[in-house]
Amino acid sequence: MRGDPQAHQLVAPGTLHGVLSLLAEEPGAWTPIAGGTELMVAYAAGRLNHRKLVSLWGIPDLRWIEVSTDSVVIAAGATFRDLRDHPAIAAEFPLLAKAAGWIGSIANQSRATLGGNLVNGSPAADSSPALLVYDAEVEMISACGRRRAPYREFHIGYKRNLLAPDELLYAVHVPRRNAGQRQYIRKVGTRRAMAISKTALAGRVLLQNRVVQEIRLAAASVAAFPARLYRAEDALLGKAISPETMRATRAALLSEIVPIDDIRSTAEYRRVVTANLLQEFLSSFAPDGTIR
Amino acid sequence: MTLSYSSIEFVVNRERCQVSVPPMKRLLDVLREDLGLTGTKEGCGEGECGSCSVRVDGELVNSCMIPVLQAQGAHIETVEGLSKSGELHPLQKAFLACGGAQCGICTPGMLMAATHLLAQNPTPSITEIREGLAGNLCRCTGFVRIFDSVIASIAQSHAGPGRKSHAG
Amino acid sequence: MSTSAKTRIVGSSVPRKEGVDKLTGRARYVDDMHLEGMWHGVTVRSAIARGLIRSITFNPGIDWSEFTVVTAADIPGKNHIQLIFSDQPCLAADQVNHCEEAIVLLAHPNRQRLREAIAAVHIEYDPLPPVFTIEESERQDPIVWGADNLFKSFLLEKGNVDDAWAGAAHVIEGEYRTGAQEHLYIENNGVIGEYSEAEGVTVWGSLQCPYYVHKSLMAVFGLPEDKVRVIQTETGGAFGGKEDFPSVIGSHAALLARKAGRPVKMIYDRLEDLAATPKRHPSRIRHRTAVDASGKLLAMDIDLATDGGAYSTLSSTVLSRATLHACGPYYCPNVRVRSRSWATNTVPYGAFRGFGAPQATFAIERHIDEIAAALAMDPVELRRRNFLRDGMTTATQQVMRESVILEELLDRALRESDYYGRKKRFALENPNNAIRRGMGIAAFFHGSGFTGSGERYLNSLAGIDVTPEKEVRVLVSSTEFGQGTNTILTQIAAEALGLDAAHVVMAPPDTRVVPNSGPTVASRTAMVVGKLIERASLQLLRRLREQARLGGEFDSDEFFSACERLRSSCGDVVSLCRYEAPPDIFWDDQKYQGEAYPAFAWSVQIAQVAVDTLTYAAQVEEFWSVQEAGRVLNPVLAGGQIEGGIAQGIGYALYEKVQWQDGHMRNNQMTNYIMPTAEDVPPIHVYFEEIPFRHGGFGAKGIGELPHDGPAPAVLNAIRDATGVSFHAIPLLPEDMLGKLAVPAPAEEPATV
Repeated sequence: MRGDPQAHQLVAPGTLHGVLSLLAEEPGAWTPIAGGTELMVAYAAGRLNHRKLVSLWGIPDLRWIEVSTDSVVIAAGATFRDLRDHPAIAAEFPLLAKAAGWIGSIANQSRATLGGNLVNGSPAADSSPALLVYDAEVEMISACGRRRAPYREFHIGYKRNLLAPDELLYAVHVPRRNAGQRQYIRKVGTRRAMAISKTALAGRVLLQNRVVQEIRLAAASVAAFPARLYRAEDALLGKAISPETMRATRAALLSEIVPIDDIRSTAEYRRVVTANLLQEFLSSFAPDGTIR
Repeated sequence: MTLSYSSIEFVVNRERCQVSVPPMKRLLDVLREDLGLTGTKEGCGEGECGSCSVRVDGELVNSCMIPVLQAQGAHIETVEGLSKSGELHPLQKAFLACGGAQCGICTPGMLMAATHLLAQNPTPSITEIREGLAGNLCRCTGFVRIFDSVIASIAQSHAGPGRKSHAG
Repeated sequence: MSTSAKTRIVGSSVPRKEGVDKLTGRARYVDDMHLEGMWHGVTVRSAIARGLIRSITFNPGIDWSEFTVVTAADIPGKNHIQLIFSDQPCLAADQVNHCEEAIVLLAHPNRQRLREAIAAVHIEYDPLPPVFTIEESERQDPIVWGADNLFKSFLLEKGNVDDAWAGAAHVIEGEYRTGAQEHLYIENNGVIGEYSEAEGVTVWGSLQCPYYVHKSLMAVFGLPEDKVRVIQTETGGAFGGKEDFPSVIGSHAALLARKAGRPVKMIYDRLEDLAATPKRHPSRIRHRTAVDASGKLLAMDIDLATDGGAYSTLSSTVLSRATLHACGPYYCPNVRVRSRSWATNTVPYGAFRGFGAPQATFAIERHIDEIAAALAMDPVELRRRNFLRDGMTTATQQVMRESVILEELLDRALRESDYYGRKKRFALENPNNAIRRGMGIAAFFHGSGFTGSGERYLNSLAGIDVTPEKEVRVLVSSTEFGQGTNTILTQIAAEALGLDAAHVVMAPPDTRVVPNSGPTVASRTAMVVGKLIERASLQLLRRLREQARLGGEFDSDEFFSACERLRSSCGDVVSLCRYEAPPDIFWDDQKYQGEAYPAFAWSVQIAQVAVDTLTYAAQVEEFWSVQEAGRVLNPVLAGGQIEGGIAQGIGYALYEKVQWQDGHMRNNQMTNYIMPTAEDVPPIHVYFEEIPFRHGGFGAKGIGELPHDGPAPAVLNAIRDATGVSFHAIPLLPEDMLGKLAVPAPAEEPATV
């Protein structure tokens, strides 16, 4: 344990209003801490530089899941346990439910929050590929009000995002319009559990007469932040799945991902395996099911 | 910077406790140092090994990841609270009989994870047992006899499903 | 003879002796202890791999008067860790030879203040060129240790290898490599040191070998043996990782305690433990093998090299065991094994379950499959044809006098795993499947106890005593760290004495209380120390019968009454025995010939592995292990040893990679050093065949290390079976398989949801 409890201030206003007021008074001075599964690791390693922390844990306004006619709205403080347990998410957003189960272990899922996962902004974030293919929107809040943005625009660099210093991620809106679409998600980690992604791919496709009407592809651990795979999508949109489109899509994917060598894997492995996952997804609805 | 201590109250193993500590002190350290509950262990300090697993308000958590301020008012269960009036908990009995503990350092956390698993799901499949315990690293047993122990304790408390041998 | 007689307690699954304490959280590990006035200690370590220490300065921004600071100059005795050689300093004085080498020690009452203080000690170096691999060390430029970078070499010869090649039908060559492996015991290294002029040094700690630490402390402090006391606390896993290293951290805490005038606790956190403590020796093993047309081994020429790290520590004995296991459990008339352990500028490599045998077994058991492939033979039959059998000789000319039942083990493993049935099925399924499955086998032995004349030199002393409180106490320095020492030794004493297991307890593992029964290593506790306890118990019974009128039949009351009669006539009721080598055992250290081990444990393991051709990841799906390790003293504990060893062996094969960067371990976090979790370990099936060994405790041989030897070759052989591709190095990660497998087949099971 290399952190010093006396070197950090931690307050728990207990209400969303209280937290926002604090952030408004001293923008940038306070670092929000929710379930602690990220910040407490840095703290124990003596790497937590934030001196003033404000707790988001236990604030009812930040922990709820609401189902409306056109979307499911997940408050940022909902834990991955909450996501896994929610019947609407399991039924309509299986990729998100599955990704929630990838987070660490049961003990991590009970604390780690969706908002924390997104705000931390790791390129390997487990929940991001699913949210990207579901066209999620993020809602941000400050003492001055709320605003919304497409989630695909939320990350703007390595561990950088749209949030202003006085702002919190408030909720994630996931539109309910995936009926009849094929969905795919797969994570390749360092082991089966308690693993960080070497790569992960999520996909969603709407086919009509074997022609791709709508396609979403997203991946983790292949760029500075979780990314939509626009070029690969473009290579498929409006086309029938054929060996040629699959080859073109694979090439498009390889032209847009920029993975790195790091402690968990290599750039080359990530490139090849991400492309293999894409191929697995596409093969699953190819006419003869066997196109490679 | 001198920071003030916070007075924090919670219930640990059915007893009300109050401590005055820095709010960023980890729940793990408060349990071990301030309350003398050294059954909860530290293995990695980063939520990876699960040796510090306890239950907080019915949820399984890694106590190394929780600033104690976030446990204000919580109900906390640790390994010391498992056996009641000298009688071992069914899981403890099963671990003893089946060889679920070797060096013992992961055992308190493992017991808390197993307790939590059975509280959520009284008759888990082997796949669910594996998932429920995947956040608790054991370097001695290869997990086989830990699974056996959980299965045996289910059989004990339900006298129902027969114990499958240690094939997963 | 006790070993063949019916037993009441030995052979039954008596619950773990200290089990209830561990299950209730009452067991006291060193970090659970607090002594009055105790401070915390930390270590300032080398930032570079090799260099001269030019200066040590202390940042004036810190009030150093609050701290206790220890450097090499504060060492009252010898500045070395006493092991086989004395080359490792307790604290680096003029030069560092690996990253994270200890240079300065600090103590303070507040742990947090120590973090700042570490950062405020500035050490300047004149860097020297380091050496990081076997190949760099072999070049002998630069010389980083001794005259030639060589810690130790052996030459083992039998018959005439050079004449065998000409007449061979096939000559098969292969090079095999194994990586470093971290023990990853869940309890990090930790100790508490205390010092007073009157009492001398006391160290409590998480450790395997109290008398190793004792010996080292005597040297560091220049104190006689009665002024040094070592007490093992409950130990949360060790696997060899707490064999030699506690002498280092124990000396450090005691040095701080002496200077601070108060107890000092040193507990490593995971980052420090991973970065600074020993690991398994990496190896490179080259095989050249001559076989006849039927697959019979004619000659084996083996070149074996290990990376020993910066100091010699246990490298010579690890090398010896690797050498003696290099040929596997096979008969070969002509053998040459040249082996060398090289110095490099990494953390010293040390003891780890198997102690050189996993490296050697990986190479020979992978190589056997390569030979089979070259001959287009069934690898099972090739093994069967060459197995050691009763009366045959090993490479050291040791005659197999005890029964060898490798074929029975093999047949059982084949049957239990449905080896051929599964192979047939996979051969049909694989071509149309993105998941390719295969079966792999490993056959191996593990020598029980110290190598060669080791047990004679150890000259262990162990026994029992009886307290006035009617407790029989087992007096050993053999420690419990999960393997079951407490349980099996009390079982043995209870059995031999005719008492219940509940009447027998372990004396505290405290050098002031227990004699030196040798280190708790080398799979020797059940066999060697167990035998001493059995003999000491029978010796006590004889005395009670002869001198205290104990009858032929007796109950526990009569037993303890007789003990009291003996006490009033003779004083203490103690019975100690010293090691006696089994007869006809002779080892020649010079020629490296003779009885390498008093006994061998034997095993055949089979792995079923699935290789995903999309992700290049291998997953062990099921595992079978059949072994003969003498009498099984406690089936539950013995099974746990086998399963745990296999899980570590699977980690060694497929997951666990120590990543080095300029001599630093860069993945020194549990999240980045990947051990198998509950979801990664396959179902494991364990079967014992029992042939009691006369000279082991109630017939036991060694069991603890055996299971770790086989999984890596079994798993890689299964991958070869699944994919047709041979891999020669572990750990074998998906990144290593990338590009080596054939073009992936179409996915049969799409993973759409």
